[in-house]
Amino acid sequence: MRPTRWFSEVGWRHVVGVLAVVYAGFPLVYVVSASLAEGGTLTGSNELFASVSGANYAALAGTRFWTWMANTLVVAVATGAGTVLMGAAAAYAFSRFRFSGRRAGLTALLVIQMFPQMLAFVAIFLLLVSLGNVVPVLGLDSKLALICVYLGGALGVNTFLMYGFFNTVPREIDEAAKIDGATHAQIYWTIVLRLTAPILAVVGLLSFISTFGEFIIARVLLQSEESWTLAVGLYGWVSSLQEANWGLFTAGAVVSAVPVLALFLFLQKYIVGGLTAGSVKG
Amino acid sequence: MYQPVTRGAGRTGWSPGFLVKLALVALVDALGVYAVLAAWGARSWGVLTAMVALLLVANWAYFTRRALPLKYILPGLAFLLVYQVYVVAYTGYVAFTNYGDGHNSTKEQAIEALLVQNERRVEGSPSSPLTVVARGEELGFAVVADDGAVRAGTADQPLETVDGARVEGGRVTALPGYDVLEYAAVLERQQEVTALRVPVSDDPADGSVRTQDARTGYVFTSTLTYDAASDTMTDTVEGTTYTPNDEGRFEAADGTTLPVGWRVLVGFDNFVTAFGDDRYAGPFLKILLWTFAFALLSVASTFLLGLFLAIAFNDARLRGRRVYRTLVILPYAIPGFLAALLWSGMLNRSYGVVNEVLLGGASIPWLTDPLLAKLSVLGVNLWLGFPYMFLICTGALQSLPTDVLEAAKIDGAGRWRTWRSITLPLLLVATAPLLISSFAFNFNNFTLIYMLTGGGPRFDDASVPLGHTDILISMVYSVSGLDGTAAKDYGLASALSIVIFVVVATVSALAFRRTRSLEEIA
Repeated sequence: MRPTRWFSEVGWRHVVGVLAVVYAGFPLVYVVSASLAEGGTLTGSNELFASVSGANYAALAGTRFWTWMANTLVVAVATGAGTVLMGAAAAYAFSRFRFSGRRAGLTALLVIQMFPQMLAFVAIFLLLVSLGNVVPVLGLDSKLALICVYLGGALGVNTFLMYGFFNTVPREIDEAAKIDGATHAQIYWTIVLRLTAPILAVVGLLSFISTFGEFIIARVLLQSEESWTLAVGLYGWVSSLQEANWGLFTAGAVVSAVPVLALFLFLQKYIVGGLTAGSVKG
Repeated sequence: MYQPVTRGAGRTGWSPGFLVKLALVALVDALGVYAVLAAWGARSWGVLTAMVALLLVANWAYFTRRALPLKYILPGLAFLLVYQVYVVAYTGYVAFTNYGDGHNSTKEQAIEALLVQNERRVEGSPSSPLTVVARGEELGFAVVADDGAVRAGTADQPLETVDGARVEGGRVTALPGYDVLEYAAVLERQQEVTALRVPVSDDPADGSVRTQDARTGYVFTSTLTYDAASDTMTDTVEGTTYTPNDEGRFEAADGTTLPVGWRVLVGFDNFVTAFGDDRYAGPFLKILLWTFAFALLSVASTFLLGLFLAIAFNDARLRGRRVYRTLVILPYAIPGFLAALLWSGMLNRSYGVVNEVLLGGASIPWLTDPLLAKLSVLGVNLWLGFPYMFLICTGALQSLPTDVLEAAKIDGAGRWRTWRSITLPLLLVATAPLLISSFAFNFNNFTLIYMLTGGGPRFDDASVPLGHTDILISMVYSVSGLDGTAAKDYGLASALSIVIFVVVATVSALAFRRTRSLEEIA
């Protein structure tokens, strides 16, 4: 192949690729460099890798960062697990049973998911104020209450994704099991859930990732610093003293991006499949 | 479906599965009964009713054989009903009220607050020897009444007679159930002591006991009196009579109102405010337009860049395309809030890396100039969003039917012709639903706006805390006052939420027409 022809067919793709990688990667290189910079200020972070020290990472220990990290992981893992369990159960019922109100139920779910939960944050706030008067742990400033709120959005968003996948599992399998004497619960736990594991992983992960980064509801509901999540806490650092807190923030950003990044790259194939099935990054 | 051919072991007797179910339902019942009792104690009848209903349905669903589907749907359904359906309905209700600062509670609570706030020491009112006491951390007063009886209470507990107190020199020195505060301790908490009001009885009209010197208590009574029969408030000092008006306040004949109101239904007033009020209408219109522009341009720019990259990397002869692909989707794997915060620092006018390093020390106001801030928001969203579009475009390109493309080649179609007449239409059909849901997502992309610019730079002409890059959802947040920067106006905020809902629902309804979701139901 002659060089000009090579360039017009393949070579330009490398040029585009390198440019795209620089564009996508520069902020990431910058944040790693800034987190390793000694001064820990915004100005002092501008020269890439001018100094390399773990000072910012060590300084995280003197803040509430690790508390926030633990809060976020607890909330995101609980929400992810709860979403998978409840969504899968509902999808199983809609996919396998024929009952009156099934169509209406599915249509209602479609309509409900059009109203993003975050839009109702004022009403959620007011609801939790009154719930908190009765059972404090379900009120404001409680991680359990936040998980409950997130789980409220679980069915609307994910049931359809799972429902479509559950329908692809042949019904003959559970009918055979039923003839062999399996109960509906046995069929659900030992057959259907095993066969639908890929979609369960996708839903769990997407739910984990979107909960991990959810800001507005967490910000409205969590009031004391000890119960903040990472999104609320790191926002606090940057919004109050951006210049001075920059080192702390970048170190915190690197640390908190790692679990999500690792999960994402590790399970990339599944996530991409789930995305094209119709969900959006949250 | 309801009548199995054979009965499995789990259907009869005490199988392990049944025991697990029993334990779980028992746990739910125990917690539920606790919540019901707590609701009874707190007099929250709404919560009480909802809890009882949920418990009854749960017990029925899990112990009858008739509600098989419900067994699986109920857990999710319960959360959905409380934290999604109810809050949406409640948003709709609040949108038609004037709930917010000044109209925070029910009428009874507003009356009580008014009576308490207007308490004065009545000239010549009885004084009694007083001792500052504490119950745990809570401060209280103990007074010796004229008949010698000792009465004590705290801010939440009206005065009640306490037996077994020791009185020396006409003053209480020991009290069962309370600790008497030493003089030094009283001095230390002087402000708390002088601010404390202990109600005389459950009826706010009876007034309260207060003290200035921690030794003598005076009865304060309200200058306002409320007459339940005629539903009026009367100021006993000035003699003015206030009657309740339609806006949830007590109003005198000359139009003055008392400061504490209650929430009432105000019809479409909040919507009228959004579209017609001088303070809100201008910003609201600008923000509405910008929200549409932001969402549309975000989808368009991310889609075009993602599509271009997908095409560029969609060639088997390209070496290392797997590496390119992995590196290019990295921004997608970074939580959105981190990216927005990171860019807010990088675009900082004085110290940011973009001005300082990439542009060699320029001082471009990326986030503080109205137009540049909008461009920055779009630029950052492009960085955040193009990997997603790249992923879905790659998926769509790879699933294009090759026979159609080959047929076009045989028919003599050029590269451009093939692309325009075959590839692009097929691609759009495959990605259209995702583009529409991406639009809906960006329409409500609160995190990006709030973290990058905070909605700023502010409008010059508005008395409301709104700015040039605010989108509707961040406007809702500012108006609601939950961040503490503005007066709370839950009514208007909810009305704006409804507006957003109408827009998003319309767009989503269009989307559903194009997807097969509805067909799948059948």
